[in-house]
Amino acid sequence: MQNAFGNPQQVLLLGGTSDIGLAIVHAFDRSALRRVVLACREVAKGEAKAQELRSDSLQVDVVEFHAEAVASTQAAIDAIADSVGDIDVAIVAFAQLGDSTVTTTDAAAAAALAVVDFGAAVAATVAVGNRMRAQGHGSIVVLSSVAGERVRMANPVYGGAKAGLDGFAQGYGDAIAADGVHVMIVRPGFVHSQMTTGKDAAPFATTPDAVAKIVVAGLRSRRRMVWAPKILRPVFSALRHVPGPLWRRLPLS
Amino acid sequence: MTRESLSGWGRTQPSVAEVVEPADRAEVSASIAGAGPRGVLARGLGRSYGDAAQNAGGLVVRLRAAAGEVVLDAERSEATVPAGLSIDELLRVIVPQGFFVPVTAGTRFVTIGGAIASDIHGKNHHADGSFGNHVTSIDLLLADGSVATIGPHDNPSLFWATTGGMGLTGIVLSATIRLIPIETSRMSVDTDRLPDLDSLLAAMTEGDDRYRYSVAWVDLLARGKNLGRSVLTRGDHAALAQLSSRDGAFTYDPRHLVSVPSFAPPSGVLSLPAVAAFNELWYRKTPRHREHELQSIATFFHPLDGVGSWNRLYGARGMVQYQFVVPMDRDDVLRRAVHLLSAGRVACFLAIIKRFGPGNPAPLSFPIPGWTLTLDVSSAASGLPELFSELDSLVLDAGGRHYFAKDAHIGPDAVRRGYPRLAEWRATRDAVDPQGKWQSDLARRVGLLGEGD
Repeated sequence: MQNAFGNPQQVLLLGGTSDIGLAIVHAFDRSALRRVVLACREVAKGEAKAQELRSDSLQVDVVEFHAEAVASTQAAIDAIADSVGDIDVAIVAFAQLGDSTVTTTDAAAAAALAVVDFGAAVAATVAVGNRMRAQGHGSIVVLSSVAGERVRMANPVYGGAKAGLDGFAQGYGDAIAADGVHVMIVRPGFVHSQMTTGKDAAPFATTPDAVAKIVVAGLRSRRRMVWAPKILRPVFSALRHVPGPLWRRLPLS
Repeated sequence: MTRESLSGWGRTQPSVAEVVEPADRAEVSASIAGAGPRGVLARGLGRSYGDAAQNAGGLVVRLRAAAGEVVLDAERSEATVPAGLSIDELLRVIVPQGFFVPVTAGTRFVTIGGAIASDIHGKNHHADGSFGNHVTSIDLLLADGSVATIGPHDNPSLFWATTGGMGLTGIVLSATIRLIPIETSRMSVDTDRLPDLDSLLAAMTEGDDRYRYSVAWVDLLARGKNLGRSVLTRGDHAALAQLSSRDGAFTYDPRHLVSVPSFAPPSGVLSLPAVAAFNELWYRKTPRHREHELQSIATFFHPLDGVGSWNRLYGARGMVQYQFVVPMDRDDVLRRAVHLLSAGRVACFLAIIKRFGPGNPAPLSFPIPGWTLTLDVSSAASGLPELFSELDSLVLDAGGRHYFAKDAHIGPDAVRRGYPRLAEWRATRDAVDPQGKWQSDLARRVGLLGEGD
């Protein structure tokens, strides 16, 4: 169960080697946290991350998980929940940035990226949501992105998938709230992480730890949506209304 | 059966469960048969602050009862009361007959079932102990559907496991309790204003035993030489001779003066400056010493109940209550806690200090002889989780413990350390519920039923 401050005891990280996801797990109150499951594609890499988390009072398990295999997502989540018990917080963190020069020219590659960043994230959220609905409580943290707030020409498949995921999570969160499940959408800006290594940082770039702090505070107050950093909310509120001809000329598009 | 989001009085950790409201005992028995793997829990008026009366994903049996079901035995000063009846409803029956409940909490809107499950205490703990001390018999619905009649001399281990057992041994259907005969419905109250914590503790240690009821309100925002300044109110049921006229000797008809509307500001209204100003005023308006003031039962025991839904004052994010007890010789922890809370500038609207008397045989009953501090604070207050965990360490290191009916933040470790008789309680509980029918969010969070060990 989460306590009055939203601190969970049992956490499932989908995308178990995600820098932001792991930063969130590290940011939870360690005196409350008892069990973490890292579900990831590369078990060996996940095991290394698990080692950094483990302590006498914290059990960390690594489970092989292939997000894009959406037909078996529910079975995979059920297997985890059956062995762990209640999942207090699940973080849907897996995503790929993709190579835009490929995903804007290769139809199959574009669809494959869209499946991971949108279809698989939707499947994971629904699968976890089904378990949480049955247990009558829980929070799902969905990692969206400002890239979905106004999709840039620099990476339209990634941005479009995040836009879809963000919209889905809003509607799904409203639908499942009456069942005691809290869905929180996180809209980070540019985050220095494995995913963005080698990319030029955008304005208001942030770090996984800074995002994690905002997520933990958001869970405490049961927010439906958080921005990281917070300044991006007014910034994107303005950018959303920039006329197309101007938007396309902006260096950040 | 309806699916409902339930929370405690603090409104911090809602969860969803199937809720049934049985009309009678037979329906209560029938309802538990349909429970799924997430079990069953009885719920009364939902006045525990945290998640004690919630059962996420499971079944919740909401118990209500009619005052007409009360059976009063005036000769023996006893009443047999259905579990779903509130102390308020019971008082409306027994006060006109010249009786008072043996123990009442700071609110009269708790049910008899809840009072037993939490083993509630009141201002008379130093003199009379907690609620369970005055229960002579309980009709308990067991997991197998049978009803056991238990008492301090009849299956005492199950009786004491049920007392303070947070509803996890079965559903209390009714109980027979010993009442306090009273000559009037008025309270004779002495009030003292104490300038600091030392003088308060000295006054309570020296003088509490001369009164049946004693409690102190403490200003947790006062600093420096005013640290721990307090208003100590102590009293007894007024004798008939103290009333100027016999008229209305047994009146009891408290009403809601006002309710906080549901559209109260989501951020709450109890800001630090507002609370500081209130505390200053409250302290200053209190006379240094006043004797034999006549007060009504409601004014003396349940001052907050005059304001309906006062928990809404804390806004949408709700509030948390923190209550601990430390052994009598560890008043240093009490001092340190008051200092930390004052230094932390936490806007505590309510902070109460009480000196407990001896505990009872119940393994999970909260009171032990010592000092208890209770405070209400907005759950949104910054730095609160850190402050609480610092307090937790102080309390547990001193051999103290937390009160389940109030708690909303501790984990299994704090329970193992605070309640050394947990294993004994579990053994008694497991014997009558081997399948784990009785469950709650609190039990899951703090590992009462053995998970997470």
